[in-house]
Amino acid sequence: MKTHSLRHYGVIALLACLLFAPFVAMAVDDPSEMLPDPAQEQRAEAIGSQLRCLVCQNESIEDSSADLARDLRHVVREHVARGESNRQIMDWMVNRYGNFIRLKPPLTIGTLLLWVMPLLALCIGTGVAWWTFRRPRTVTPTPLTDEERRRLSDLTETR
Amino acid sequence: MSGQPASPTRRRLLMAAPLVVAGGVGVGFWRMLSGMTKGSFDPHDIHAPALNRPVPDFALPDQAPGQGFSAQDLRALKSPVLVNYFASWCIPCVAEMPVLNALKERLPIWGIAYKDKPEHALGFVQRAGNPYARIAADRDGLAAIDWGVSGVPETFLIGPGGVIRWHTASPITETMITNTIMPLADSLKP
Repeated sequence: MKTHSLRHYGVIALLACLLFAPFVAMAVDDPSEMLPDPAQEQRAEAIGSQLRCLVCQNESIEDSSADLARDLRHVVREHVARGESNRQIMDWMVNRYGNFIRLKPPLTIGTLLLWVMPLLALCIGTGVAWWTFRRPRTVTPTPLTDEERRRLSDLTETR
Repeated sequence: MSGQPASPTRRRLLMAAPLVVAGGVGVGFWRMLSGMTKGSFDPHDIHAPALNRPVPDFALPDQAPGQGFSAQDLRALKSPVLVNYFASWCIPCVAEMPVLNALKERLPIWGIAYKDKPEHALGFVQRAGNPYARIAADRDGLAAIDWGVSGVPETFLIGPGGVIRWHTASPITETMITNTIMPLADSLKP
């Protein structure tokens, strides 16, 4: 009887884990962080996934569990609840932390090389391939010098 | 590859190419490393857009043993001050305290305790020997976001009129003071 109820608890714990797994995966540590309106919450998550966590630097604020990321998530949700557009919220963040906070860098003079690099790499690659695989030019070998001709005849004669 | 043996000059050029590339990379790394020791280059630095802008709007309460301050207080200043974000739970902040204590006679330092319990911040400041002329408390860390602070310690040099003239997200060092902070602060003095 006792073992039976223990197993029950085990199943319930497992179900609870599965139930809350999505929240854990999103690093929103606390469901109370989420906005009551699912559409707004979804927008906030979309914005947050485009914002760099300044502490972990390679994670978005939605994925990071750093304190600052939690604060920024909170700020994003406040702005979303206030009815601001994605653009307004992004600008608010960039105004404070610079373009560094955007996980997708905007096209500027400074990031131009970054954006055109795929095209540039393709052009360079094509150029190198063309240069390497072009038909070998038929080159007439440079004629032997007198010295070389003499050496050659010496060698062939001894043979 | 092309059927024709490479000419000696071309072969020499090809041999030199990797060496030149390696040399270039070496010089680049050397410059980065020497910049890091001199304090002119910081790979973790977030290029704060706050630079050369007036301080953001904020008003923060007192943190014992100091008096709190607001954006108005900084904008009313006639001579430069250093604003230093710190926390009792931050190890690099402990490390920079002796440096700040040595600096306080030459340049006033105003502290902001970031996400700290009042009693912990008080204990920290007292143990450190209090380098701060005024101390404010940013308990929820929301003013810090307006400053563009990403962690503690972070330090801003505020010029007359409350304009942010210099910023670092690293602990303050002696070299930073002699090479950057004091020359800049002296140039900002009326």
